Amino acid sequence: MKQPLELTGLISNLHTFFRSNLTPFWATVIEGALVLIAVLAAYAIIALALIYIERKITAFFQSRLGPNRLGKYGWIQSVADLIKILIKEIIHINKVDKVLFYAAPFFVIVSSVLTFGIIPFGQGLQAVDFNIGIVYILAVSSIGIIGVLLAGWSSNNKYSMIGAMRSGAQFISYELSAGFALMTVVVLSGTMQVSEIVESQRYAWNVFNGHIPAMIAFVIYLISGHAETNRGPFDLPEAEGELTAGYHTEYSGLQFGFFYLAEYLNMFIIAAIATTVFLGGWMPIQVQGWDGFNQVMWYIPSYVWFFAKTGVLIFFSLWVRWSFPRLRIDLLLNLEWKYLLPINLVNIIVMVVVVLLGWTLEDLFPIFRP
Amino acid sequence: MDNTSLFVVVLLAGLTLVVLGLGAALLLSPKSINFQKGEPYECGLPTHGTSWMQFRVGYYLYAILFLMFDVETIFLFPWSTVVRQMGMTGLVSILIFIVILGLGLAYAWRKGILKWT
Repeated sequence: MKQPLELTGLISNLHTFFRSNLTPFWATVIEGALVLIAVLAAYAIIALALIYIERKITAFFQSRLGPNRLGKYGWIQSVADLIKILIKEIIHINKVDKVLFYAAPFFVIVSSVLTFGIIPFGQGLQAVDFNIGIVYILAVSSIGIIGVLLAGWSSNNKYSMIGAMRSGAQFISYELSAGFALMTVVVLSGTMQVSEIVESQRYAWNVFNGHIPAMIAFVIYLISGHAETNRGPFDLPEAEGELTAGYHTEYSGLQFGFFYLAEYLNMFIIAAIATTVFLGGWMPIQVQGWDGFNQVMWYIPSYVWFFAKTGVLIFFSLWVRWSFPRLRIDLLLNLEWKYLLPINLVNIIVMVVVVLLGWTLEDLFPIFRP
Repeated sequence: MDNTSLFVVVLLAGLTLVVLGLGAALLLSPKSINFQKGEPYECGLPTHGTSWMQFRVGYYLYAILFLMFDVETIFLFPWSTVVRQMGMTGLVSILIFIVILGLGLAYAWRKGILKWT
């Protein structure tokens, strides 16, 4: 397959260039620095783009125009907002727990950057690729809730406290569902390494390969993903009508900006992981035997496929957000503990039966076998 | 580079983002001293008492339940990677495990922990 627009060639050329011209130590240092800059740049650019896209789409959902003053169609608006938030004063509150108050943004951002690092954006565009990838995703993404709880507790503000408690209960509850939904896919693909999961979906995406149980897991993952990121109808930790802003009420300037940034990036990360695990990641659509068609699909670079699939899921998340009213905390926890969790436990067993009896699409139809 | 050092690089990336951002914000932002500004933002009135107090027990019960199922997840992940090779043995053994945990959830449900009164 010819893939003229892929970045794998560029990456390996850079690697050989550094290895041949520098001592191993300096080559490693420079490569590490490049990875660091690439991760930060991708993180910042995706965040700015997402903020603009969300404001624009939200505006269309509500029959408004959205940002339209700065640049054509207001595309430069989120850069302007970034500059504005940088030059806002960081207000120091009198009675906070100083250490925890200033440590909280670190936890939130570090957790979301670490999760960001394992997402395969395209062929070879993955910073970390552990063989326990799925467990890694669950582990590092739950560091963020420590930051949220610290922020709420250390603020010495009742609204923050209530917001953080709600957020904690909600996050840990839905964390279970997300974990079980991902586990269903691990049963199906037999590996936890993210790159191998993508590779195994060459001809049949997991959501189709595992048909009924995989689709149930996909829906459950989307629901719990929304809940984990405090978005959609599940945004009651920061329900502005009752709690002003929830756990980040006392934060100002860029410290507030970090919470905001992490929230947007988490929305992207949830969509990206759902893409990777259920919808084939960066894999183009391919049909066994149709060589001409496959060749055309491979001409479209893998990162375009990835962002297209992720974009569809993000649009869906916004659609849900503006279509449903906010839930109450007891209804929210009921949904998880009385419906999603028992369904999930049964669903895993169903998936194991499907896999063991050879009822997956790959087993039934040889055309889907890689 | 191996995965562990790349992990450290990504961790450093996260820390760098926060440190650089806060550094820039501290340099660029205006500073003014006013005691009133440091008051907690509640309803516009002076705050009454501290917020570090006893809190509703319902949240902690959910935390305990979560702990039970989270440990289960840790047990299930290694199983889920090898269940294809283990075959029916894997299914039956984990079925017993999940039924016992389901009984735990049913007990909590029956005791009314899941009810928000």
